[in-house]
Amino acid sequence: MKNEEILSQIPEIGEGQIKLLETLSNAVSVSGDEGEVRAIVMEALKELADDVRVDALGNVLVTKKAKVENPIRVMIAAHMDEVGFMLVDDEGEGLFKFEIVGGIDNRQLVGKPVLVGKDKLPGVIGAKPIHLTTADERKNPIPLENLRIDVGPGNSKKCKVGDRATFATRFETWGPSLVGKALDDRLGVATLIELLKHTPGNIELLAAFTVQEENGLRGARVAAYSMHPDVAFVLDSTPANDLPVWDEEENARYNVRLNHGPAIYRLDAATLSDPRLINLLTDTGDELGIPYQYRQPGKGGTDAGAIHKQRGGIPSVSISVPGRYAHTAVLIARREDWKNTLALVYATLCKISKDLFLADR
Amino acid sequence: MTDLKDTLKKLISLPGLSGYEAPAREVIAAAWQPLVDEISVSPMGSLHGFRRGTGPEPRPSILLAAHMDAIGLMITGFQDGLLRFTEIGGVDPRILPGLRVTVHGRRNLPAVVVQPPDYLLDPTQRGKSVAMEHLFIDTGLEEDEVNQLVSIGDLASFAQEPLELSGRTIVGHSLDNRISVAAITYCLQELQHMLHAWDVWAVATVQEEETMGGGFTSPFKIDPTVAVAIDVTFAKGPGANDWRTVGLCKGPTLAWGPNAHPYIHKKFLDVADQLEIPYQKEFAPRHTGTDAYAMQVTASGYPTMVIGIPLRYMHTPVEMIAMKDMERAGRLLAETIVRLEVDFMEKITWDEVKDEE
Amino acid sequence: MKSLIKKLVETVGPSGYESKIREVIRGEVEGYADEIRVDAMGNLIVKKGEKKEGGLRVMLSAHMDEIGVMVTHVDKNGFARFTSVGGVRPHSCYGSRVRFMNGTVGVIGGERLDNANHVHALEAMYIDVGASSAEDCPIKIGDVAAFDRPFEDLGKRLVSKAMDDRVCAAVLIETLKQVKNSPHELYFVFSTQEEVGLRGATTAAYSIDPDVGIASDVTMTGDTPRGIKMEVGLGKGPAIKVKDGGMLADPKVVEAMIQCALKHNIPYQLEVLLGGTTDAKAMQISRAGMPAGCLSVPTRYLHTPSEMVDVEDVNNAVKLLTALLSEPIELT
Repeated sequence: MKNEEILSQIPEIGEGQIKLLETLSNAVSVSGDEGEVRAIVMEALKELADDVRVDALGNVLVTKKAKVENPIRVMIAAHMDEVGFMLVDDEGEGLFKFEIVGGIDNRQLVGKPVLVGKDKLPGVIGAKPIHLTTADERKNPIPLENLRIDVGPGNSKKCKVGDRATFATRFETWGPSLVGKALDDRLGVATLIELLKHTPGNIELLAAFTVQEENGLRGARVAAYSMHPDVAFVLDSTPANDLPVWDEEENARYNVRLNHGPAIYRLDAATLSDPRLINLLTDTGDELGIPYQYRQPGKGGTDAGAIHKQRGGIPSVSISVPGRYAHTAVLIARREDWKNTLALVYATLCKISKDLFLADR
Repeated sequence: MTDLKDTLKKLISLPGLSGYEAPAREVIAAAWQPLVDEISVSPMGSLHGFRRGTGPEPRPSILLAAHMDAIGLMITGFQDGLLRFTEIGGVDPRILPGLRVTVHGRRNLPAVVVQPPDYLLDPTQRGKSVAMEHLFIDTGLEEDEVNQLVSIGDLASFAQEPLELSGRTIVGHSLDNRISVAAITYCLQELQHMLHAWDVWAVATVQEEETMGGGFTSPFKIDPTVAVAIDVTFAKGPGANDWRTVGLCKGPTLAWGPNAHPYIHKKFLDVADQLEIPYQKEFAPRHTGTDAYAMQVTASGYPTMVIGIPLRYMHTPVEMIAMKDMERAGRLLAETIVRLEVDFMEKITWDEVKDEE
Repeated sequence: MKSLIKKLVETVGPSGYESKIREVIRGEVEGYADEIRVDAMGNLIVKKGEKKEGGLRVMLSAHMDEIGVMVTHVDKNGFARFTSVGGVRPHSCYGSRVRFMNGTVGVIGGERLDNANHVHALEAMYIDVGASSAEDCPIKIGDVAAFDRPFEDLGKRLVSKAMDDRVCAAVLIETLKQVKNSPHELYFVFSTQEEVGLRGATTAAYSIDPDVGIASDVTMTGDTPRGIKMEVGLGKGPAIKVKDGGMLADPKVVEAMIQCALKHNIPYQLEVLLGGTTDAKAMQISRAGMPAGCLSVPTRYLHTPSEMVDVEDVNNAVKLLTALLSEPIELT
């Protein structure tokens, strides 16, 4: 396909896409309990795919056939789960002890409104009044075991130990920004749904909406094993820490920057991306004028960490939408970065073929 | 029905440390032999007992996994007639000073873990709980003889003999997790006089305490429809009273969390309610630390569940369980298995799973 | 043997970027193999022989990757910040030199420390390649480098960077050349990405699906002044692994190695390593599981740019592996 043709076919991010992202962001789907997002995904997939199934862990696995013979089979994964809480002890009067599922800094918890259980019961994470604290106490974060989720004495029977909870943040748009909870990785989920609506005909698309990413990349592991693709792309969100440094020195540890386009991974704690796929992405970006950036090599990991080690090995790469303040009550991403992420992945899929394997890794 | 107490006491009198499970495996194989149709050993050493169901082929199957390996010690070196050692599985160094062990050298040697007096210790260790690398095992033998009888890599196991306390409680080492092996055996005994449509795989896994190696590998070959881990869980006791603990002799636990398939959780729960088998809930927001963690993500993934047996003083030589909890777990397994219809899995529609009220 | 080791250790090949070292090894094994292929993870898989009566399908694995660094940011003055690829220790970085895949050499420097006795954190160090701005810097974000230090022949002992695990790659190459009339179907795997989590061996074991897995890797020693408490020392023979931080070697494999060493009068030591692990861990739990073990070459100063081995240990490792593979392996 010619570059002009590809550019003309790149799917848009319009109001419909933003609306879907809003629905996804507001859904509650803590790792291990992804039912609400799964239902939204299944609804969106109606008539889009050739085969949809839910596996033993709750992954939604989707096949969309190619329009050509013997196509390259491309897995694209985005995780449905989010970080959150589980109620673990009922102390009466609407007070519950809770545990964190996934990684959340304790210091992000105090004073936040939350939603509990399938019925999204409102609650709060309270703290001792400042008047009753000592100066020394205030220097240290409040440990998790001293925090409670409080749903109010009247509602104590409407939720129970074992229920999940998340931050109560509702999705908004602020100027150029998308603002909400769980945009890690509902941005990826929404992108993958768009790719299923607009799939280049040269590939067989194996879309995996995965579970338990925040609990150790567990859904993607089994999804990749059963899909057994030729290559895999992982769509995720990664922190944009392009914030001021205390001494006003150059920030050399920004991870990624807002407005610099999709972030391509080379190395994180779980994966060394396949260089052939990295080059395909960057060549595509360069040729079509789609901005991209490298995520700074470092810690962290995506579903690619589980996917690339399945069976005899699956060449994999991750692409993330940059977002500030991930794993807190609110994440801020730029609409433009999302648009460019969708564009880069779409264009790269148009160009991908089995020629990729002519060279050894 | 055979009383399992004697088998259990035999099992917890054996070493069978992770990676070296053969002694325990032989006793378990003998106990399972009359209760299953086929028995085999996996390449890693896990024991696979197979009991055929009555449903039409291809039959669904349920895998019941209990790890048979035990924690213990391994010899790493020699010094002045004493032995240096490391741990197999997670051993709290604070249980070690004065601990009676058996060193499995060319012959079994009775021995004791010793802690040198403070003034002979590295200054960082004085008055503290002494790290394992500063402790020794003393066999009471002269240096020449020790060095001849013991080599690096030899094992040392806890020498605690089984004890019977009141209320049909048993005390000993490696009740984690041989009590769960007993529960599977109890289940197999129950199934002798019951009809079950599903095939049943009774599996005693290896190396759970080190790598969950058995949990990762057994489902690969067996390819079950459902996999259930049976393992011990924390019973309330001194210093253990928070939400992670349950009552001893108050019934087996049903796990809830990412390692438990909600629909299978509900099935066990319904059967327990129906038959009034006492049970407790166990909440595992992230991982359960059992073979279910491994089995769930083997190959294309398996629906998993965890049944727990309350145990006090985990990973000490004086672990304590109630026989009644074991029997209830075994009965719950058997009664649930006979209630698994051939099309049970097809009926799972993910998003209609409602939590129990 | 020494010249082979020198050639292998001097090639740059951090985890994930093993293409150069793979070609060097391919050059060595061509002519001795029935089949050579490269898989999706970049593993070099060299097959020799067919399974005969009493034979097994055996996978041998030595990793060809080495620890290294990857650039995370080039600042406006041309200094490159970096992160580790594999287990790079900060205390062996400052003042070291690194060589990039494209040949560029740099020096590792560090920010001013409040206390000169402290060690720089990786984040407080940078690579100086002699550039004066981001624009004239010949390296960019994502570029990888290995530590750079010449190979030294000390007679009995050899010193270099990347002895971990090129010395065992040499052991496998020599074993491949020497093993004759084996009853086994042998797969010599020169694996990738071991230093970041045994990733290459994981996928190679899956696709080869062997009956038994044997890794060859380096191990630590306890024979240095006030070092770790460990019985393994240089010059006392290759070490038969019983346990390490990640796995328990299968007792059947351990016993087969011991019996082979005794039978052929080859010196050996028994190894219990408290930290670290090898490709054997990945093989052991592949598919339905397999008996797996490891033959180690004792090595001092691991994960520094000056790793030291004893050349007789290396020769004896080749002897032991060759003998083991030339006969039926009794796994009882």
